[in-house]
Amino acid sequence: MYLLILWLPLLGSIFTGFFGRFLGHKGASIISIVCVFVTFFLSIVAFFEVGLSGVNYCITISPWIEVGLLKISWSFLFDSLTVIMLVVITTISGLVHLYSVEYMQKDPHLPRFMSFLEIFTFFMLILVTSDNLVQMFVGWEGVGLASYLLINFWFTRLAANQSAIKALIVNRIGDFGLSLGILTAFYTFRSIDYFTIFSLSPLFVDYTLNFGGFYFSSITLIGIFLFIGAIGKSAQLGLHTWLPDAMEGPTPVSALIHAATMVTAGVFLLIRFSPLIEFSPVVLNVLIIFGSLTAFFASLSGVFQNDLKRVIAYSTCSQLGYMIFSCGVSCYSVSMFHLANHAFFKALLFLSAGSIIHALSDEQDMRRMGSLVRFLPLTYSLMLIGSLALAGFPFLTGFYSKDFILELMQVTLNTNLGKIQGVFACWLGSLSVFFTAFYSFRLIYLTFLNSINTTRINILKSHEPSLLMVLPLIFLGLGSMFIGYLGTDLFIGLGTDFWKSSIIILPQHSYFIEAEWLDINFKWLPFMFSVLGIAFATLVNITKTYGYLYNVFYRELCFLINKKWYWDILYNRFLVFPSLNFGYFIAFKNLDRGFIELLVPYGLSKLIPKGAVLFSKLQTGQLNHYLFFIVFGVCLFLIIILNQIQLLIFYSVLIFFI
Amino acid sequence: MLIYTNITNTSILLFLISVLGIFLNQKNILVMLMSLEMMFLSVSFNLIFASVYLDDITGQIFSLLILTVAAAESSIGLAILVIYYRIRNVITAELMHLMKG
Repeated sequence: MYLLILWLPLLGSIFTGFFGRFLGHKGASIISIVCVFVTFFLSIVAFFEVGLSGVNYCITISPWIEVGLLKISWSFLFDSLTVIMLVVITTISGLVHLYSVEYMQKDPHLPRFMSFLEIFTFFMLILVTSDNLVQMFVGWEGVGLASYLLINFWFTRLAANQSAIKALIVNRIGDFGLSLGILTAFYTFRSIDYFTIFSLSPLFVDYTLNFGGFYFSSITLIGIFLFIGAIGKSAQLGLHTWLPDAMEGPTPVSALIHAATMVTAGVFLLIRFSPLIEFSPVVLNVLIIFGSLTAFFASLSGVFQNDLKRVIAYSTCSQLGYMIFSCGVSCYSVSMFHLANHAFFKALLFLSAGSIIHALSDEQDMRRMGSLVRFLPLTYSLMLIGSLALAGFPFLTGFYSKDFILELMQVTLNTNLGKIQGVFACWLGSLSVFFTAFYSFRLIYLTFLNSINTTRINILKSHEPSLLMVLPLIFLGLGSMFIGYLGTDLFIGLGTDFWKSSIIILPQHSYFIEAEWLDINFKWLPFMFSVLGIAFATLVNITKTYGYLYNVFYRELCFLINKKWYWDILYNRFLVFPSLNFGYFIAFKNLDRGFIELLVPYGLSKLIPKGAVLFSKLQTGQLNHYLFFIVFGVCLFLIIILNQIQLLIFYSVLIFFI
Repeated sequence: MLIYTNITNTSILLFLISVLGIFLNQKNILVMLMSLEMMFLSVSFNLIFASVYLDDITGQIFSLLILTVAAAESSIGLAILVIYYRIRNVITAELMHLMKG
């Protein structure tokens, strides 16, 4: 049964991919949906057995690589952390499959699309179930590959090609860090099995690696490398530029990749490696700083984006920042809880956005929408649920995880803990709550409530999607309302033993109890911030001061934020373009085609004819010249033989003469 | 011993003179051929002296062979020269430069 969870999506992918033309649209849809839903039910059963009944499984199938100390086998680990991820992935994936049957109905390549979605699910499952780093890397790279295929699904579009390549390459930078991490882990622990690494890591706290004369704590080094991998995959600040551009794919793809599964892989990796990074304060501090900066930066850039999907993409980036910095204060379970909740409401937001885009004949610009509440009431209510959940409205899903993360950050304000970076994260996190609420409700206002801005024809054609698209939306809406409440005691309840040994938190890093008994005024703070954000968005949009503010006060600032803080431009101008320039002008034209060719093939082919001409000019045709050469040669020969002159001197004299 | 050095020196001197005769002569090919003959003679002379000095007959046999080879060679050389003269009407060594590299 446990292996069936893995193989069913692969099987479905192979069937719909290779035999899609025989199966047709309906056949491919049915096969893929059946496969994914069976996987979903099986993973629910796995959740019951592993998560609730407390039986962990580790299934070893066959050895893969065995060279000396390096022993890697195909082996699948099912513990609490894995089954949570399984349930999240298969739920979202199943609903997205169901949704995309209708959404992609008129696309001629639906079987290919289904096949890609399933291969994506398969690789994600490989990633979460593996019990060693190399097998995890298979899933990691596979997910990147599948994301390339999915973003590039409409491969005739230039923008889709570019953003798919960008996604793959930017991810690959992180993957390089991760592979360095794997190598370092193997060098340190002589093993890449999770069990071995985790059980040995407390003993390796003082172990250092000598690298170029510098001594690094090996656990810190491994943690930093893994975090570089997570930066790439989870779109943290620095390598986040691929995430907003990846919106070029179809909307269900955005929902699957950029809401629930792929971007969570980095966070999952960090949570999985909690027994290792828990022993390195440096890594934890790096996590806090990067995570909080990402949360703040992304929420602020989401504020003035005009593309419907891009706003949601930036909110994903921001929420991933929350997850990372909550890992940084050693609250891995809260991070995991937020990951699960976020999957539900972010998939809801993306799929609702898809429904809006579908209704308005593929219009994505929010400035050309408005008043859709009259035409799409169901989508409006679902979008509102999603936005409220995202903004952390009480008793919706986002409240239970996000507010708890912020409360944990409030704890670090206490001076006796001495966590300066925690204070940093607290302020940035709280501010980003404000911006999150602002852009969520800006989205709601611009699409649904403000007066209309689109053409009459679009409005006349707009309609609620059919049942097949609404059904996943409703499920996700229910999930966004209730998952948080249902899961809170299980995931982060006081003294819950759900996680068992899959997450390790050192006692001195545990702030749960302090967070529970925080001062009541502090607990209100995030809520107040989000209410303030909602109120501000309302004020700006109801009173129509938006354009005024934009034009008069904040023109430059808005432009800056709208252009994503010029990250892309800076990267392109100072990193990508110079490196391409270097590659073409220096590496290619000056070195490969220039210097090296001059040295060997081109230069020799020029030098040898010249020498040959020189030598042939010696043959003058005059008899006595030839005689001179003969006698001269004999004399030289005699001099060498008789006087034992060193050959080096002789040759140098000869070269001088030539 | 004195005789030995003198006679060897004489033969080497003859050889060098003949080499110089080939070298320094730019025009006349007949002089070159004669110098060649003189080279043979000097070598042959040297061999004969060596055979007397070492009391060994082999040197004299060699010198006889060299005489015949020199005669054959000079006859062939003169024949080539005659043919060349018939074609070109001139036997100046300077003008023999048809085979440039």
